[in-house]
Amino acid sequence: MSDPVLSLRDFRVSFPTLNGTVQAVRGVDLDVGQGEMVGVVGESGSGKSVTFLGLMGLLPKTTIIEGSAKIGGDELVGRSSKEMRPVRGQRIAMIFQDPLSALNPVHKIGRQIVEMIRAHQDMSKGDANKRAVELLDIVGIPQPDQRAMQYPHEFSGGMRQRVMIAMAIANEPDVLIADEPTTALDVTVQAQILEVMQRIQHELNTAIVLITHDLGVVARVVDRVQVMYAGRAVERGTVDGLFKHSIHPYTRGLMESIPALGRERLVPIPGSPPNMLQPPPGCAFAPRCAHARPICTAEIPELRPFGAGETACVRADELAEEYTNV
Amino acid sequence: MSEPVLEVTDLVKTFQVRRARGVRVEKASVQAVSGVSFKVDAGQTLGLVGESGSGKTTVGRCVLRLLEPSGGSIRFKGQELVGMHRNELRGLRKQMQIVFQDPYASLDPKRTVGAAIAEPFEIQGVAGDHGKMVGDLLELVGLAPDHAGRFPHEFSGGQRQRIGIARALALDPALIVLDEPVSALDVSIQAGVVNLLDDLQNELGVAYVFIAHDLAVVRHISDLVAVMYLGKLVELASAAEIYDRPAHPYTQALLSAVPEPDPEIERQRNRIVLEGEVPSPINPPSGCRFRTRCPKAQAICAEQEPLLVDESPGHAVACHFADATPVTVWQDGTFERPVG
Repeated sequence: MSDPVLSLRDFRVSFPTLNGTVQAVRGVDLDVGQGEMVGVVGESGSGKSVTFLGLMGLLPKTTIIEGSAKIGGDELVGRSSKEMRPVRGQRIAMIFQDPLSALNPVHKIGRQIVEMIRAHQDMSKGDANKRAVELLDIVGIPQPDQRAMQYPHEFSGGMRQRVMIAMAIANEPDVLIADEPTTALDVTVQAQILEVMQRIQHELNTAIVLITHDLGVVARVVDRVQVMYAGRAVERGTVDGLFKHSIHPYTRGLMESIPALGRERLVPIPGSPPNMLQPPPGCAFAPRCAHARPICTAEIPELRPFGAGETACVRADELAEEYTNV
Repeated sequence: MSEPVLEVTDLVKTFQVRRARGVRVEKASVQAVSGVSFKVDAGQTLGLVGESGSGKTTVGRCVLRLLEPSGGSIRFKGQELVGMHRNELRGLRKQMQIVFQDPYASLDPKRTVGAAIAEPFEIQGVAGDHGKMVGDLLELVGLAPDHAGRFPHEFSGGQRQRIGIARALALDPALIVLDEPVSALDVSIQAGVVNLLDDLQNELGVAYVFIAHDLAVVRHISDLVAVMYLGKLVELASAAEIYDRPAHPYTQALLSAVPEPDPEIERQRNRIVLEGEVPSPINPPSGCRFRTRCPKAQAICAEQEPLLVDESPGHAVACHFADATPVTVWQDGTFERPVG
């Protein structure tokens, strides 16, 4: 892979609270290359959204952000909000689960896109208007010139998400971060939005990070996957590698809990995710893991190469053997 | 055969809405449910699927008369519910319960879980040791009896949903309407709640109406599946039939849109991607309501409304061009099941 566009090293986010410090993200590494779509998978509270809100500088001022997050080689951690401004929207853009709350209800769609363009580019209003219509067309909104003159409430959920994508790609950012972009949408509309995202990935060569809890969506569109649990990456690899040969008991647990054909009984993961005020010692998944041994709580396991991907489980070798023997 | 627990015939629900027409406000009516019929036997699960605005939740609420139906008939164990007086209905409510999507919103944050579960006993005047009965119910749903003294905020989402289920089970109902009971839960937790519902049904013989948009969960839990589109039932068959041989173009598209957690299958599937979105129910398309998005639509679809007729025994479809061919056509021309 050529130099990654987005690169996280030992990235940490913590929130000081009255009850102590919540360690939401505890050392995440991630590389995303140009034109690549990487899925970040995890359940509620795994830190998948907070990681990216943190690097975008969208968290409260009291948040403690450590480690390194580089975009095209430029460090983002430690920047003031003024220094972040030329980055946000221009080099890295983000779309969210609920597009309605991300749009201004009293301005026409076209005007909002124009504002986005003119915040970063020296362009006349007329040209920016034309560009806005063009962007709406790219994301598959019919009659884009008329739709640009409408307000957000006149759009359906799927159409609003297309508008968000149009705004996000307005300045051709290097990286697009999509945080659960299809979770609030119906399946048939979800399919349309995923297609738009894939087209942008391939035609504009944008690097896309897709944050989701839906393994089906991951299987459909991404190239590589990173699975997160309790603020750390527990496993990562190519989408095929991960779905076929996952080693980490958490990843396997996730896959087994999905209802699939011919599965008489679902297999839930016992217990619930840890309290991040006091994460458990060692492997955070150990308290819920059927394969846990005393060694697991000794120290936090690092990601290390295993098979086609990387896994953060100290018992990976033994488990691989166990799985094949079953 | 014994009498079905629930028999719904030609259910209609119309809502009055006001919409702006320039400076005037105009009244309009939305038919959220138009002519839906199905029945559910004891110990059986009917899965009700459809996208937002299809009317599936409205059906669920009408069945319990939480919403007043505008027309049609709802028979619960042979008794007509439509038009029944409130006092009489209250007695029957013992036997029909509902579980909602958001377990936090449906529990009073200021009351202990024990009090919430015991409330049905008080309302219905059930005699006995309520404390003991609450403990038994908590055990039944996989929680500890001493959890009764805690408050809702002390529980996780999955546990809260179990509490909602315990409360629904308190009066030993014959029917539970489950309205998106697991959609707010993480998959690893969702699996446990689905298993619990399965076990409870085997143990207690309760019938479920399971409303959900997640087709994989519905396939897992349902005996019968009813697919709704814009207030109409478009297909009704056993779960195996629906998923193996969907006959309505909408069902086919819906199944092909569900992402399968297997990258290899995903790459090879030929998907039916529907154009556009669900039209407004205020002014539904003439004839077949799906025709505006249907890849098979012909002139007849705009003129004549297709009736829900048996395509094969036990498999009813409302389409002029119903054709139960498998959805997924592999690139080499072979067929495969739509999901799985």
